[in-house]
Amino acid sequence: MTTADVLMLALGAVAVGAAAAVVTTRQIVRAGLWLVVALGSLAGLYLVLSAELVAWVQVLIYVGAVVVLLLFAVMLTRAPIGVSEDLDRSRWPGLLIGGGAGLGLAALLIDAYQWSTVDLADGAGAEEVGAAIFRSWVLPFEVLSVLLLAALVGAIVISRPDVSARVGR
Amino acid sequence: MGGYLGSYATLGLLLAVGVLFFLVAMTANRLLRTNRPSAAKSTTYECGLDPVGGDWAQAQIRYYVYAYLYVLFAVEAVFLFPWAVIFDDPGFGMTAVVEMGIFVGVLALGLLYAWRKRVLQWT
Repeated sequence: MTTADVLMLALGAVAVGAAAAVVTTRQIVRAGLWLVVALGSLAGLYLVLSAELVAWVQVLIYVGAVVVLLLFAVMLTRAPIGVSEDLDRSRWPGLLIGGGAGLGLAALLIDAYQWSTVDLADGAGAEEVGAAIFRSWVLPFEVLSVLLLAALVGAIVISRPDVSARVGR
Repeated sequence: MGGYLGSYATLGLLLAVGVLFFLVAMTANRLLRTNRPSAAKSTTYECGLDPVGGDWAQAQIRYYVYAYLYVLFAVEAVFLFPWAVIFDDPGFGMTAVVEMGIFVGVLALGLLYAWRKRVLQWT
């Protein structure tokens, strides 16, 4: 086994363990913090696979922004916080669906790639993605900015009653 | 260790040394200091006043807009990285600059909207 293999296995184990902790913990804030560990180790996996851009995007967007949004949503809705006994839904259907989806995807990917090997590039990514966006995918890229703008305006209108009232008048 | 993983091994070593430094400093502190806890000492320090109420309060919805603005501009920053790598390459140049200008401009409209609707104002 190479160093990369060992790192992949270790980070994968951390990711799976943290993900299991997300769904089994009774404290909803801790679930959010376990999610940081799970997503962070996923970023580590991307780094080992030499996809540097994807790894740091994962850290910036998911570990940073999305988890912050989740924690804010918890802070806005569930107060006071503590052990929540009503967090669990029925376990067996969830286990069945989660395990089934995981095993199904694993079988699909193993079947698709068999034992084909790919040489890892030395920390590539940004250049290819940039060239693809600004050569072939310019229009979707610009439409994305409009989508983000619409989401921001929507979030402001919904979250601030004074703003939406002024709009209605 | 050289190459790609080696460069990250250096970073990992730096992080490990940083954590070790913290642990050694705090352990030395714990070993050397006197330890006389009392009920008054272990209450939450709140500007010298006695803390009132629970430790968890429901946050105001207005914070959510700030978190959302952060998400928005994090996404924008993500697209700036590949753009910054290629815009000087042959075949991109001014076109890429204009394209990114439109992208940032549309997102800046969102910030303008938030500013005009006084979402950014605190009181």
